[in-house]
Amino acid sequence: MGNKQTIFTDEQLDAYQDCTFFTRKEILRLHGRYHELAPHLVPMDYTNEPDVTIPLALIVSMPELNENPFRNRIVESFSEDGAGNLSFNDFVDMFSVLSETAPRELKAIYAFKIYDFNVDNFLCKEDLEKTLNKLTREELSPEEVTLVCEKAIEEADLDGDSKLSFADFENMITRAPDFLR
Amino acid sequence: AKEKERKKERDRKRRRNVARRASSARKQGNELEDRPGREERRGRKKRDKEGKGKGGEDERQEEVKNDTVAKTQKNFSNENTRKLEQKEVEVVGEEDGDTEEKRKNGRSEKGGKKEDNGRGETVEKKQKKKRVETSEEHESSEEEEDEEEKVGEEKPEVLSPEELEKLKEEVDERKKLISTLRGKPWPMRKKLLTLRESHEFVEKYEGALGKGKSRKLYAYKVMMLKKWMKFQRDFENFKTACVPWEMKIKEIESHFGSSVASYFIFLRWMYGINMILFGLTFGLVMVPEALMGRPYGSMPRKTVPRADEANAMDFAVLWDFGGYAQYSVLFYGYYNSQRAIGWLKFRMPLSYFLVGVGTVAYSYMVVIRTMARNANEDGGGDNNSFNFSWKMFTSWDYLIGNPETADNKFASITTSFKEAILEEQESRKDDNIHLTRFLRVLANFLVLCCLAGSGYLIYFVVRRSQKFALEGLESHSWWERNEVNMVMSLLGMFCPMLFDVISALENYHPRIALQWQLGRIFALFLGNLYTFIIALMDEINLKREEEEVLKLNMTIWEASLYNGTLGANSTAPPITVHPADIPRGPCWETMVGQEFVRLIVSDTMTTYITLLIGDFLRAVLVRFLNYCWCWDLEAGFPSYSEFDVSGNVLGLIFNQGMIWMGAFYAPCLPALNVLRLHVSMYLQCWAVMCCNVPQERVFKASGSNNFYMAMLLVILFLSTLPAIYTIVTIPPSFDCGPFSGKSRMFDVIQETLESDFPAWFGKVFSYASNPGLVLPFLLLMVLAIYYLQSTSKSYKQANLELKKKLQTQNEENKKKTKMAALKAAMDLEEAQKARSEAPRQQRKNNASQQSYTGEKNTVTGHLVSSFVFVYPPAPRGHRIPGPLPGNQWQPAPSVQRVPNSQRH
Repeated sequence: MGNKQTIFTDEQLDAYQDCTFFTRKEILRLHGRYHELAPHLVPMDYTNEPDVTIPLALIVSMPELNENPFRNRIVESFSEDGAGNLSFNDFVDMFSVLSETAPRELKAIYAFKIYDFNVDNFLCKEDLEKTLNKLTREELSPEEVTLVCEKAIEEADLDGDSKLSFADFENMITRAPDFLR
Repeated sequence: AKEKERKKERDRKRRRNVARRASSARKQGNELEDRPGREERRGRKKRDKEGKGKGGEDERQEEVKNDTVAKTQKNFSNENTRKLEQKEVEVVGEEDGDTEEKRKNGRSEKGGKKEDNGRGETVEKKQKKKRVETSEEHESSEEEEDEEEKVGEEKPEVLSPEELEKLKEEVDERKKLISTLRGKPWPMRKKLLTLRESHEFVEKYEGALGKGKSRKLYAYKVMMLKKWMKFQRDFENFKTACVPWEMKIKEIESHFGSSVASYFIFLRWMYGINMILFGLTFGLVMVPEALMGRPYGSMPRKTVPRADEANAMDFAVLWDFGGYAQYSVLFYGYYNSQRAIGWLKFRMPLSYFLVGVGTVAYSYMVVIRTMARNANEDGGGDNNSFNFSWKMFTSWDYLIGNPETADNKFASITTSFKEAILEEQESRKDDNIHLTRFLRVLANFLVLCCLAGSGYLIYFVVRRSQKFALEGLESHSWWERNEVNMVMSLLGMFCPMLFDVISALENYHPRIALQWQLGRIFALFLGNLYTFIIALMDEINLKREEEEVLKLNMTIWEASLYNGTLGANSTAPPITVHPADIPRGPCWETMVGQEFVRLIVSDTMTTYITLLIGDFLRAVLVRFLNYCWCWDLEAGFPSYSEFDVSGNVLGLIFNQGMIWMGAFYAPCLPALNVLRLHVSMYLQCWAVMCCNVPQERVFKASGSNNFYMAMLLVILFLSTLPAIYTIVTIPPSFDCGPFSGKSRMFDVIQETLESDFPAWFGKVFSYASNPGLVLPFLLLMVLAIYYLQSTSKSYKQANLELKKKLQTQNEENKKKTKMAALKAAMDLEEAQKARSEAPRQQRKNNASQQSYTGEKNTVTGHLVSSFVFVYPPAPRGHRIPGPLPGNQWQPAPSVQRVPNSQRH
């Protein structure tokens, strides 16, 4: 099987396969995509683990994310610095979690991070409003938005602090029929 | 001094060992560079310690310098590890000072290097293990240190069983960590680091496990396990590489959302199943018969009759699967009833029968297994209590990558929210409900009319075609000959459209509407199929009557032939008549097979042609006529077509049903189906990408997968029913097929049992098939099913109860917290009041009244502290909503204790 590639060593590939839900070929393909994003930044040789990051603006221009209303949040929550600059490691990590083989629990954790706009480990009303506005492209009236957010919090909030902790979120989302296809 | 020298020698040896180990373990990679360095350092430290003990001051200084250099080289040198290293050094020093150790050392030197080597390694490993651990798990480092001291005191060369156990556990834990690492929500860098460390750890200490003879075995086992893992990974990679059309489907997914992609995934799954069915029939039935069976033209059943010979090779005839196609391995009638064929003594009839049964059994197994898996994944999202939250968090389809689809998705989400809001604001107007009810009843009535009409039409057509067939096909036009198939295909094409129009009356939620639509189309197809089967049954009976007549005629013909030849030449017993001239029965099995094959072919053709005309031509027209048309064709009336997921899935399901039904009588059907699916994969992928637009109401495919599967199961059951009925009740034709000459097809099993198995086996089997045994067994099975079902029901009930409890619990908690907050606020006010009053009172009252004030203070303290305790931690501390009543009220006792302590 294609041993001619010189981007990674076999150990690196094995390690990536252990840490993600991808196969060898997919990792190489991912590197190809990563390289495509910024050919002048990303080297074709990753055997010595260069410290390269790609800024958020380039990542969200990928067709996979381009139409996603939460694209900025997704990239931000996977970047190590929180500002949206992704190293190749983060890049692989992101797609691993988003891949269909990733388990529900893992997805729930990252989904929570994505929806948590102000990174306070709670989904408060502002987060929900932002989520809703992104989902509907701000076509709902403010009253409707407030109503929906209040309803959502009322439904999912188990401890009555009028914001959703991860426990609330997990409890709600793992029962959703639509979560995870 | 002597001791010192020995020490040095040992060190050297150890270093040599290290080198040897290093050379043998190439794959340890970059850790390798680190390792000898560490070993050396340890050696130096040891010597350094020793030097301190013996008083070699100059040497020591030098070594210390080296030591520090080595230390800085180390990649994880935090405070903890450094402390630990020092401790370790001490430990090593202790060890060395131990005289017993020396003695053993000398003995082992005598005994052989190997022993020493192994022991040295274990010691090294143990220490290193500790270090790795501590560097990684800082919180547990203190415990580890304690442990380390203990370890140092023990005899290091012989690992005690508990330690071994511990080590083993540790290694297993690491392995588990490695295998579950991908599911950890850590950033990649941490994952990679952990992975590397764990690998190092496992590699080092695995060898230390087991002792004596078992060590070798263990090492071997570990090696094999590693190889096995590698193989598994390669195999996994290979498997994913083998999955066809992955990229195609992904592309469609990003353009049209997951619902359209789900159709293609379903198609691929179907393709896989058909591949296996094809392998079975092709490998075990068709190929053996073609290779080892009697050749074409050797028997009447393998020869085209004289009357048809002239146009047996015409394309029209072949297209109809007559002529040479009919007398080939493609159909039941061609097979010979010879028990064993060829030099392999291949049991052809038995194989034919078992493949027929196996096909059905395999299909059942696969469908049910897939359903069970899907049901597991569902996770039971039944209660509707999270309506808004689900809408908010899970309505976006993360697979969409196409702007147009995204637009549609945004629109559909917005409308769904608006609908939900409306529903929430006013739970349905009353005046509307009668109208909707009426419309729904009307719609169902119309649909029923359609179904009945289509059923009658098919019955009528089939009857007419029988009349035509009796009169002889040649005198009729093409339409009259193909009427049945064409009518069925046309009905299948137009009725769903009609249903679509009707369902607009009903005003259901799109997902429910889709299910109704699917159900209706399903009923239509099923009705059509069954009318077809009933008509076919009529035909079978007709053929069988014909056969009876022919059998009679046959004996007359044979007698006349015999008499005729007898008159001419009385001494020639073998009568040679060309097989083509021998009269033969109508062979209803082949007829059934032919019908199904024709049906499949015409169905395939209609599908493709609709695709080309309905989608492609329409798209082309809309695209190019748009330049010179009065209105906007693309946005207006004809526009481009959408991909009809439900219709296509149903088409696929019914196609598969026909395959299952007809495969017994036409072994070529799976092959044909594989071909069809292959072509439609490419054709539909192309058509979707080139001439369809994304659905206006894009919704995800979730949940409906099992709906499709359930339909497939129903179809499987319904299609095997007639096939099994014919196999069991109707005697096979006397002069064609692998079962000719038997009274029933399944007699082949009995025959095999009698002649191929030893006598006792037949006896056992006959006992086992005795009704006295079978009936109790069946009863037992029924009871088991009943038991399992009732237990599952009770589990479900318990689940529901728990859920309810949980909900009430949550609500109660909510109320409690609210109440507590309210009360606390009130109490606070009161307390403040009391506090402001207290000084006044104190001023007024004497010292004799102090006890009263103390009491008052107690109350105040209680109130204040209760406020402090309840307010912040209660909501946050509630992590798991388990059925623990009031677990957030645990601060309560301490609340009461506080004022007490205040008083004293």
